Amino acid sequence: MHQALVTVVEDICGRYGFDRTRMTDIVIAVQQRLGCVSTEAMEIIASKVNSHRVEVESVVTFYAFLSVKPRGRVIIRLCKDIVDWMKGYDEVADAMAKELGVTMGETTADGGITLTSTPCIGMSDQAPAALVNDVVVPNLTPERGRQVIRDLRRHLDPAQLITMVGDGNNAHPLVHSMVRNNIRRRGPVHFDGFESGCALERTIDQTPENVIATIRASRLRGRGGAGFATGQKWEFARNASGERRYVLCNADEGEPGTFKDRVLLTECPDQVFEGMTVAGYALGSDSGIVYLRGEYAYLRAFLENVLETRRRQGLLGKAILGKPGFDFDIRIQMGAGAYVCGEETALISSCEGLRGDPKNRPPFPAQKGYMGCPTIVNNVETFSAAARIMERGANWFAEMGSERTTGTKVLSICGDCRKPGVYEVPFGITARELLDMADADNPGAMLIGGPCRQMIGPERFGGQICYDDLATGGAILIFNRARNKLEIAEHYLDFFIEESCGHCTPCRVGLVLLKEVVHKVVSGAGEPSDLDYMRRLANVISQTSRCGLGQAAPNPVLGALQNFHTLYADMVSDRKLGLLSTFDLSKAVADAELRVGRMSQYV
Amino acid sequence: MSTPSKPRVATTSLCGCFGCHMSILDIDERLFALADLVEFARSPINDYKEFDGRCAVGIIEGGCCNEENVHVLEDFRKHCNILVSMGECAINGGIPAMRNNLPLRECLEEAYLKSPGIWNPAGILPNDIEIPLLLHRVYPCHEVVKIDCFIPGCPPPADAIWDTVVALLTGKPVTLAYERLKYD
Ligand SMILES: Cc1cc2nc3c(=O)[nH]c(=O)nc-3n(C[C@H](O)[C@H](O)[C@H](O)COP(=O)(O)O)c2cc1C
Ligand code: SF4
Ligand code: SF4
Ligand code: FES
Repeated sequence: MHQALVTVVEDICGRYGFDRTRMTDIVIAVQQRLGCVSTEAMEIIASKVNSHRVEVESVVTFYAFLSVKPRGRVIIRLCKDIVDWMKGYDEVADAMAKELGVTMGETTADGGITLTSTPCIGMSDQAPAALVNDVVVPNLTPERGRQVIRDLRRHLDPAQLITMVGDGNNAHPLVHSMVRNNIRRRGPVHFDGFESGCALERTIDQTPENVIATIRASRLRGRGGAGFATGQKWEFARNASGERRYVLCNADEGEPGTFKDRVLLTECPDQVFEGMTVAGYALGSDSGIVYLRGEYAYLRAFLENVLETRRRQGLLGKAILGKPGFDFDIRIQMGAGAYVCGEETALISSCEGLRGDPKNRPPFPAQKGYMGCPTIVNNVETFSAAARIMERGANWFAEMGSERTTGTKVLSICGDCRKPGVYEVPFGITARELLDMADADNPGAMLIGGPCRQMIGPERFGGQICYDDLATGGAILIFNRARNKLEIAEHYLDFFIEESCGHCTPCRVGLVLLKEVVHKVVSGAGEPSDLDYMRRLANVISQTSRCGLGQAAPNPVLGALQNFHTLYADMVSDRKLGLLSTFDLSKAVADAELRVGRMSQYV
Repeated sequence: MSTPSKPRVATTSLCGCFGCHMSILDIDERLFALADLVEFARSPINDYKEFDGRCAVGIIEGGCCNEENVHVLEDFRKHCNILVSMGECAINGGIPAMRNNLPLRECLEEAYLKSPGIWNPAGILPNDIEIPLLLHRVYPCHEVVKIDCFIPGCPPPADAIWDTVVALLTGKPVTLAYERLKYD
């Protein structure tokens, strides 16, 4: 038994050259092959790649998709994010759990099926959705949920759940998925057809400096959320000293309610890879990595195939388009269910085979990134836009959009609306126009940019989508007037608590304290001073956390306090006299009453 | 003894070791100044056991480990304009809260049935009405009633208590100097 294990694990380590910096791939492969990464397996990995067991363990225990103990052969991960919850998560979860005869988080006695929940899996326009191993099952209802269980019980084969395929490349044999693209509005930058190589042809005629100058002139800003000037980032990395340079594409897409990168990867992977190759030329880099979130594993074979085709076409590999010295290739790095790995320095850690912990900045990745070398990390959409800019020119691009934010943005719109899906719109469009386009249902609030940003009320629906007003990495969540905004804010706190990497105290501990006080207020036990405490604590957390997760995590609460202040204010009252309503004496003495055999004289 | 115009101060020790009260006495000769400044209502200092009117300030030592602590604390909240948690035990539960990770059953069994030297053949847990029932865990005071002010320390130094009480009684903001809060 042990020898068999050694052989399997050693074989996997060998596939990755016994290279400890490929630890993430190694443990994912072991998990896939053996259903878990047991302590024995960790021991073997450590000895094969010249590492330590604790180091392997620190990686394995970091990711939600990896486990030390075996779980079911089939793992159903039901998305329990806010949109799914609005669309009936509770009923679906209940139906599936009953049908299986287990509770959430448990595995059936025969070790066949595990039922658990997970944050947003990037299917918010077809919620409630679940991942069954790698297979996406969208648009669940209690009845469909029960059927999924019945089918799985029969064959334990998630692939057989695919009864029909979605539109576009979702129907491609290598994708073969029930996911739908729901592209509701096609814009000129990303959804206007793309001929492989057309951007590279323009690129190799120019010097790398000129390519960067073109990107700068287009005034393209990062589409992942923070909006950093792309040309400037490339220039920093080009000018930084280092042995090699790296081009990293952030396809982690973990921000709840965001799913536009999934659609870009499904429909325009060539354009995205071409943008990366352009960046490779501009930086003088020969190596790119796409960090693909574990939830999108169903796209992997398809994307590998696109890469292979590009290699055959001379668009990747050595001497691209026949230009001597222009070498560039791309590998796909899988993630394994950790939201924080979308943060660029955590993403780099994960690619280096470490725990997906964020690193201190500075040094910024452009100075010292992947393997200590100058590295750019850009969003999927940023690369796609860069390719189009090289094809059609900086001016063409800069003429679109608002005054200070050029180009278009691909938005993922979901929530209380009749037309959820992907929209490519020019920057400067107002929130109200989006509500109309998506046919929103009596909108009372919008979360623009997901929970990392603020929730706005109707008085700000006139605001523009751009970096100076309502900034977003792509998520637009719509809530109707009946929704409880405070409950939504509380829900997102749970998400951030769960996803915190735990490195720094303000984020790890502060968020739990914040959640406690928010819960106290929402449950009606709060006092006026709690609101002040909430605000102060939220500010401390955002000002003293190390990475963007902790810095942004209090935003839903701060936003609700600011934009919906009366909601909180109405829930608190001065209760200086007597016991706090959160303290329950009868509960506190119940155990002693039982043990001692008499009742309290104070209750 | 009392001039009605003096602000009244009450103190109590709940689940504490009386160390904090010792620290109150540690203000030395300023006790005379204190006596000039305030009148003590219910307090171990004068051994009054009940409130006979409203107080400006109530000072609490110790957290709540039993039902009587809760009752006393509630009584303090009802009678005091400003309630102060004094010391680690009041603020965090302190040493008594070390039992919070154990089920109450285990604590009782350890104390009354299993410890070396125990002779309790009938296996009776003390249940006299005079003995307050224990809470399932020790609570810091602010989880039971609203607390307005906290003086950290185990015990807080006399100067910190003095500075706080004087500031509260004279309506000034309470600011404790760094040295008063730093212990290592
Ligand atoms: C907690 C956290 C999660 C993030 N997740 C993503 C993500 O999923 N995709 C992404 O492109 N950027 C994400 N970012 C932003 C990245 O750190 C980085 O700014 C971005 O990839 C840069 O690319 P851009 O300039 O093209 O936008 C995240 C940031 C934080 C703090
Ligand atoms: S802010 Fe949170 S996620 Fe970021 S490094 Fe600190 S603990 Fe980790
Ligand atoms: S804080 Fe320290 S001195 Fe005060 S009661 Fe508790 S243990 Fe005793
Ligand atoms: S897939 Fe469930 S909210 Fe995004």
